[in-house]
Amino acid sequence: MNYRKFITISLLSLLLLTACNEEGKLSLSERSVIYCAEGSPETFNPQLVTSSTTIDATSNQLYDRLITYQGNKNTLSPALAKSWHVTRDGKKVTFYLRKNVVFHHTDYFTPSRFLNADDVIFSFNRALDVEHPYHLVSGGHYPFFQNIGLSKVIDKIEKINDYTIRFHLSHANNSFLANLATDFAIILSAEYAEQLTKQKAKSDIDTHPIGTGPFKLKEYRVGSLIRFYRHEQYWREPAQIEQLVFDITPSNTGRLTKLLAKECDVAAYPIAHEKITQHNDLRLEAVTALNVSYLGFNVNKAPFDNKLVRQAVNYAINKKTLLEAVYQGKAEMANSILPKTSWAFDQSIPKQEFNPVLAKRLLTFAGYSKGFSMDLWVMPIKAPYNPNAITMAKLIQSDLKRINIKVNIISNESNTFLQRLKHGEHQSFLLGWSAEHPDPNNFFTPMLSCSATQTGTNNTFWCNQKYDAIIKKALQTTNINQRKKYYAQAMAILTQEVPLIPIAHSKRYQARGNNVIGNILAPFGGINFYPVTKRNLTHKKTAIEQSLPRKRNNTLNTGVN
Amino acid sequence: MLVFTLRRLSLFIFTMLLLTLLSFSLNFLFPGETIINLTGAINATPSQLIELNDAYQTHRNIFWQYITYLSHIINGDLGLSMASQSDISTEIVTLLPATIELSLVALFIAMFIGIPLGFLAAIKHNKFTDNLILSLSMLGYSIPVFWLGLLAILTFSISLGWFPSAGQISLLFEIKSVTGIQFIDILLSDSPYKWQAFIDATAHIILPACVIAVAPATIFIRLARTSMIEVLETSYIRAASAKGLTFQQIIFRHAIRNSLIKIIRHVGLQFANLVTIAMVTEVIFSWPGIGRWLIESIYQRDYTAIESGLLVLSCFIFIVHILTDFIYAALNPLARGNKYGAR
Repeated sequence: MNYRKFITISLLSLLLLTACNEEGKLSLSERSVIYCAEGSPETFNPQLVTSSTTIDATSNQLYDRLITYQGNKNTLSPALAKSWHVTRDGKKVTFYLRKNVVFHHTDYFTPSRFLNADDVIFSFNRALDVEHPYHLVSGGHYPFFQNIGLSKVIDKIEKINDYTIRFHLSHANNSFLANLATDFAIILSAEYAEQLTKQKAKSDIDTHPIGTGPFKLKEYRVGSLIRFYRHEQYWREPAQIEQLVFDITPSNTGRLTKLLAKECDVAAYPIAHEKITQHNDLRLEAVTALNVSYLGFNVNKAPFDNKLVRQAVNYAINKKTLLEAVYQGKAEMANSILPKTSWAFDQSIPKQEFNPVLAKRLLTFAGYSKGFSMDLWVMPIKAPYNPNAITMAKLIQSDLKRINIKVNIISNESNTFLQRLKHGEHQSFLLGWSAEHPDPNNFFTPMLSCSATQTGTNNTFWCNQKYDAIIKKALQTTNINQRKKYYAQAMAILTQEVPLIPIAHSKRYQARGNNVIGNILAPFGGINFYPVTKRNLTHKKTAIEQSLPRKRNNTLNTGVN
Repeated sequence: MLVFTLRRLSLFIFTMLLLTLLSFSLNFLFPGETIINLTGAINATPSQLIELNDAYQTHRNIFWQYITYLSHIINGDLGLSMASQSDISTEIVTLLPATIELSLVALFIAMFIGIPLGFLAAIKHNKFTDNLILSLSMLGYSIPVFWLGLLAILTFSISLGWFPSAGQISLLFEIKSVTGIQFIDILLSDSPYKWQAFIDATAHIILPACVIAVAPATIFIRLARTSMIEVLETSYIRAASAKGLTFQQIIFRHAIRNSLIKIIRHVGLQFANLVTIAMVTEVIFSWPGIGRWLIESIYQRDYTAIESGLLVLSCFIFIVHILTDFIYAALNPLARGNKYGAR
């Protein structure tokens, strides 16, 4: 009798449990997204770093910028600044800030005012002004700002009124706006900084972040998780998901297992791509990152001072096999230094053909009918643009053997490698370039301009006055079509002159469950969870929206150039 | 009963003394400076070091050093972790409940599956069912747990998608730690998602607990089988059957109770074995327990953590032993008079 009673009670309680579950309608997991991230962020302030893991966890989730990139072509569009104005001489840039932008309300900070010019000035001065009280908090390294020399570009930042600020530039610089739209140029809260100064806890500004972004930080456990909640008073529509959790899983197999077991909705850098594509409810996505790997020549040294030899080598290398063997197909073939996703890419650039016969003929023309021997320098480390430089070098070696060029592979530890490259001790080398922002100038100037031969980023020592004049003109014009034309001309020169052979643009991969909707991967790298929602959530939302009048009408602002 | 309690207590105290003596001597055996091994203060400034030396009385002879070490332990000061520089006792307090929870659930699963199967095997002694159960238990006993764990993840998490593969609860649920035992904390919390969290936590614990339960369950099968066979051969059972009781009545009223007493004595012994298995399983299932923490400490050569972890774990296992002894004694008056080591 006792047993029967026990069974009935347990059955009843089970029934109760399931009933409770249905009451909640949409479960918590249907309203939240778990992202399996590859590592812990070093800080919560993207101004301080360049590591992509930190940028992923902070920049687009917690903060906003004055202006931002939009669409596949990466055009600039308004964000915290509702519009902007550049004077004709290009030396004064005025931003008109959006009103009613609210900072995060958290356990450790309650904002008393909206975003205003003080916050913008605080954010930039912190990174640029060496004497700023917050400059040295957390080490005083602002790698992005220091690399592009922003403090030299900006003479001063002037507050016109609470919602208008003006940047005075030392010279017209067309990539200035592009730099302000990068993941690094985020806006912090000056009011929060004041509060921390009073509390004598200045360093909290980077560990307990306050921003204006779509999510706010709730909890961070080092090496385990980051929990974000939706910022309800976000200046756009609030994000659709309530909770965003970064499940920090450094192991590749761990991330794959969690993805397959549905413990995370989205996984960073997945392995076993075939396994993921086999599953009907999983999706694999990729974006071409803004980088390029290349084989560079030292044009100051024979035989590569001869354009014909460089062209011959270009024809003799089979890029297709390189892509398959080195990148396992996870990259896009490079036709020029600029990735195809850039707005400035010129579709008319011919695809380089693999033609050893032509290569041999060119070599004969150049006077090297019997071939020659060359040194190829490589770095034995894994880089984002090149997962295995040694394998790539070996494949190139065998390709060039066919046209009687003997390649000696010289592998150097990375520091010595870069040092000796700067001094021009090399004949040819395998290297790559990762851009910080999608402005095409970020490829053309640092990689191949004459001035870059001095600063050490142009190791081909190729210096072409015509090319330099074109990219300078491109920087000075504001007309985007005109700029595009200039860059097309520059790329045509590169195809002719071949100071380097672009090989591949690598891709960034991500896997997700099919119920997660919305773009996460930004076209030029980085991730953004603001547009993300879940399938059940949208069904429900549309039903509610149809019955209710829209709460807020967002006016669409366009930038004034 | 008083004498019995006193005996157990004295046994406990002496064993703990021996254990602390062992962990104390480890400080001298591990490489590095003794005071740093003791406290884990690897970044200590010279003045801090002097203070620490003073606190641990290193200038006095070894006996006094041991006594001060003991007083530190009794006050709950286990030093700092060399790897993370956080307080070891707080870490242990947060991690140990997770292991206790997992081990207890596994123990119950092992008992609920193992004991009835063992009885069944004994009742069907030397028949096909008996052989089948015995060979299954042999198989279960010989499968290494790390392999079984991976296999379970592959089948039940990845292929079938029934259970999650890692962690104690989905990261979405924010449960405040009060007791450290997840299920109690969930029931205590005021989260609107309480029941979802409860179901989620249940789904998380099933797979690792079952994996841990396999080996002890096979032992329970054999124990239950032998003790049931013994009981069934006793004269009082024969008398009962001579009185005309049905087979069911004999089993449920007499045989099960009497054979259970013999098994309970072994539950405590099995618990030590179970915790060892749990440590490996915690690593496989990323369970935030003390086993995973201890194995990570071994990887990181975190001597202070290893030493204190071992001390706390063995103390815990010993307490469980004594508890089962008490239960056994309460159930079986004959055992109360037994001396140590005697049957």
